[in-house]
Amino acid sequence: MTGHSEPGASRDGYGDALLDIASDERVVVLEADLGKSTKSCHFRAEYPDRTFCLGIAEQNMAIVGAGLAEAGRVPFASTFAIFSERAFEQFRNGIARTGLIVHLCGSHGGMHTGPDGSSAQSTEDIGIFRTLPGVTVLHPSDRNSARSLTVKLLEHRSPSYTRTVRNKTAEIYSELEAKNLEIGKAAILRKGTDAAIIACGVMVEQALIAADALSEGGVEVMVIDMHTIKPLDLDAVLMASETGAIVTAEDHSVIGGLGSAVAEVLAETSPTMMRMVGVRDEFGESGSPTEIMTKMGLTSDEIIRRVNQMLTK
Amino acid sequence: MTYGNLSDLEESAKRCRRRIIDMVYTAQSGHPGGSLSCIDILAALYGKTMRFDPHNPDWHDRDRFIMSKGHASPAVYSVLREIGVLSDEDLSGFRSMGSVCQGHVDRKWTRGVDFSAGSLGMGLSFGLGSALAARLDGSDRHTWVLLGDGEIQEGQVWEAAMAVPHLDVVNITAIVDRNRIQNDNFVSEQMGVGDVSAKFASFGWNIIEIDGHHMPSIVNALDRSRESSVPTAIVAATVKGKGVSFMEDNPAFHGAAPNKTQYVTAMEELR
Repeated sequence: MTGHSEPGASRDGYGDALLDIASDERVVVLEADLGKSTKSCHFRAEYPDRTFCLGIAEQNMAIVGAGLAEAGRVPFASTFAIFSERAFEQFRNGIARTGLIVHLCGSHGGMHTGPDGSSAQSTEDIGIFRTLPGVTVLHPSDRNSARSLTVKLLEHRSPSYTRTVRNKTAEIYSELEAKNLEIGKAAILRKGTDAAIIACGVMVEQALIAADALSEGGVEVMVIDMHTIKPLDLDAVLMASETGAIVTAEDHSVIGGLGSAVAEVLAETSPTMMRMVGVRDEFGESGSPTEIMTKMGLTSDEIIRRVNQMLTK
Repeated sequence: MTYGNLSDLEESAKRCRRRIIDMVYTAQSGHPGGSLSCIDILAALYGKTMRFDPHNPDWHDRDRFIMSKGHASPAVYSVLREIGVLSDEDLSGFRSMGSVCQGHVDRKWTRGVDFSAGSLGMGLSFGLGSALAARLDGSDRHTWVLLGDGEIQEGQVWEAAMAVPHLDVVNITAIVDRNRIQNDNFVSEQMGVGDVSAKFASFGWNIIEIDGHHMPSIVNALDRSRESSVPTAIVAATVKGKGVSFMEDNPAFHGAAPNKTQYVTAMEELR
């Protein structure tokens, strides 16, 4: 891999990864007029013959991917997370159901996307794609992990949906650490026995901030980056449940997202006290990422509040 | 390339019509009308035009056929039986649990089926992907997509129709089965689709209009479309339920099975 040590957004990691895997002739890139935003533009610049822009037509893009996949290509299609939802039924019937392997990336996911406002702030994408049999759902937390996990999709034997985000976030993984990540295997970023925070995407950084603050008060929490929402790493969830108190944290609706996925598993295996930090069944609005995340309760402070709520019970 | 001449193809289509009626009657469900309207075209494609090896339906460099109106599955199964990919026993299980002949065409269940349809409007997009893959492979294989005229009310069809000429894709043919009837009623009543040929032409498609039941016209149009230097849309005027008098032009037989008396009459007419 070529080096990118400067901080970036997870969407930059997607763009990096497409170049990393470009030498494999099976790779084709599909765009819906947002390549500059999702960062497939770098692949386009180098490999125009294997890049197809379908215009502002996400439904067509998804199924063109299926046609390419049937003939042995490995399509990587991207648009905004919110518009990936427009192609949901195509993904369901034309990709997931057919067993054809197409990788769809939705960038600018979540409230974190900010000033465009509620029309662009997808907080359902992970939830809906997670309902599809056999579909892998990823939501990396930083540029390096987005890059590494996208590279690994090349040999992944299931179709996938990956959510990336627009804005720069802290580096969670060095390049070397990121290379060791595996799809479907959560990363334990911090050990602790008092409680566990299971987070994804931009909330992983918030979870680490929260863990530092809690530690100063003598509370040691485990922090897990659940970059793969499906298939969910059951061992990691059960490990978290041993602390007896779990907070999930996601820039996504608490209906259907990471919190739901964790709760589904625990309800049937090891019922554990839980709190969910996420979007509480409402739409966002325009604002800076920090403003809107604060308003929606998607912060380290909210995570701390939720941990303390359980520990004082 | 199974049949040498036009009368062989016509006989083949007639056998397929009988199989369509048999399947739908046996299952007591399915879509006879739109299967009968496109079966002459399918008989020509699989009997003469398409590059397809019945002994190796998975051959990578075969022509692709996409039945975008996936509920017309009896037409596909009957023609796959005709060329020996499916058996009579396969067809007799149509729409029953575990059968390779699923209600709507499904690539996971049936050898020789390239795309899983049933949700309308997706086939031309899939065909575009197939055609782009052929171009990347440097292959001259062709992609054939059959669409219903009710189906083209779906907006995605026009996303794909716009994209094919824009991307300079020529190794694809769209065939519109213009039988003028959809699920609830006539297309003109449900949502008029206007001048179908003009719509495709406006995006840069070559247009061939034919009688979709006249075998010489069908074969000629398919051959010309393969040789065309721009993508071709064949708009085929057809009759829903063609070949069975009481099903012809009758919206009631879009998705209804004949009863016993009707079955006997239909098979008499298709002798």
